[in-house]
Amino acid sequence: MTPQRLAELLQSRYGALVSAPTEFRGEVTVRVADAEQMPEVCAYAKKLGCDFLLDITSIDNYGEDPRWTIVYELYGLEHRCHLRLKVDVGETKSELPSVTGVWRTANWHEREIYDLMGIRFRGHPDLRRIIMWEGYPHFPLRKDFPLAGKPTDVPDVAFTNASPMEGGPFVTTPGGKDAIEREPRAKELKG
Amino acid sequence: MRTATEIGYNTKVEGDVIVTRLDAALNWCRKNSLWPMPMGLACCAIELMATGASRFDISRFGAEVMRFSPRQSDVLVVAGTVTYKMATAVKRIYDQMAEPKYVIAMGACASTGGMYRSYAVLQGVDRILPVDVHVAGCPPRPEALLDALITLQKKVAREPVLATLKKVAA
Repeated sequence: MTPQRLAELLQSRYGALVSAPTEFRGEVTVRVADAEQMPEVCAYAKKLGCDFLLDITSIDNYGEDPRWTIVYELYGLEHRCHLRLKVDVGETKSELPSVTGVWRTANWHEREIYDLMGIRFRGHPDLRRIIMWEGYPHFPLRKDFPLAGKPTDVPDVAFTNASPMEGGPFVTTPGGKDAIEREPRAKELKG
Repeated sequence: MRTATEIGYNTKVEGDVIVTRLDAALNWCRKNSLWPMPMGLACCAIELMATGASRFDISRFGAEVMRFSPRQSDVLVVAGTVTYKMATAVKRIYDQMAEPKYVIAMGACASTGGMYRSYAVLQGVDRILPVDVHVAGCPPRPEALLDALITLQKKVAREPVLATLKKVAA
């Protein structure tokens, strides 16, 4: 069983829903057209032997539509193949069904995505914030949220303030010829 | 025979008697038995543990009794990044300590937020607590933490203990 074979089996079962696999440096990615059918596709992938959900993460395509891309990293302990499933979700909806019924570990991954990006998961047993605190009004990892943060206050729980940025984020010049050149300096973000 | 130092001791005259001021004697007892409350939040806690271990013995200064209860400790050593989520807990622990209490902000993150200028990190624990000594470093070497402890001891030695006996700290 190779990752390519895994992707082909998935595609042969679901036809138009699952795209042709793309490969990059040995990693196989497959795009799923409809987020609503994600639990069925995942359940079939689990039947094919992908019993280990490594990660669920989300991408903010700020300025594009659909805005969110959810990425599922799958792995099989028996056939030892990785597979990546990608799904697009639009901003007006910002919701898709949860896969906690397939892999229980998706519980905390989906809570993290809800906490930091604001994407809801229908059917999740306990969808609440996991890193920030209950009552925090923003979603910090969105691209329109500033790195420095915004002032908030939830009395008796936590408060935040905007951090002083002192002229922009301190970034390094990777590949500089010595440590002096590579020292992180305040750089204006271009574009 | 009177000397200029706080603790005057002349072996030929006094023998086994030391003449001093009561303030100085009380402060000497206090400064040589500062029991730390380790608020070990991140990597600086490892260096704090190293300072407590045998090579950089913090026990030489009377501070090996790392009481994890705020009720029984004198110095709150904030070792590590204070996130906004943890900030209320740190403040609550500090409020539970009995007077006289001191705070050492260990490392860059506790002093000013360190490398984390972000939405989640409190930019310095001195925004919520009165800090006595800041220690620079990421993490500070154990010798730097011991130097901070010595600086704190000098600060404690200067306190007018009897004059402020029944006053509540501001």
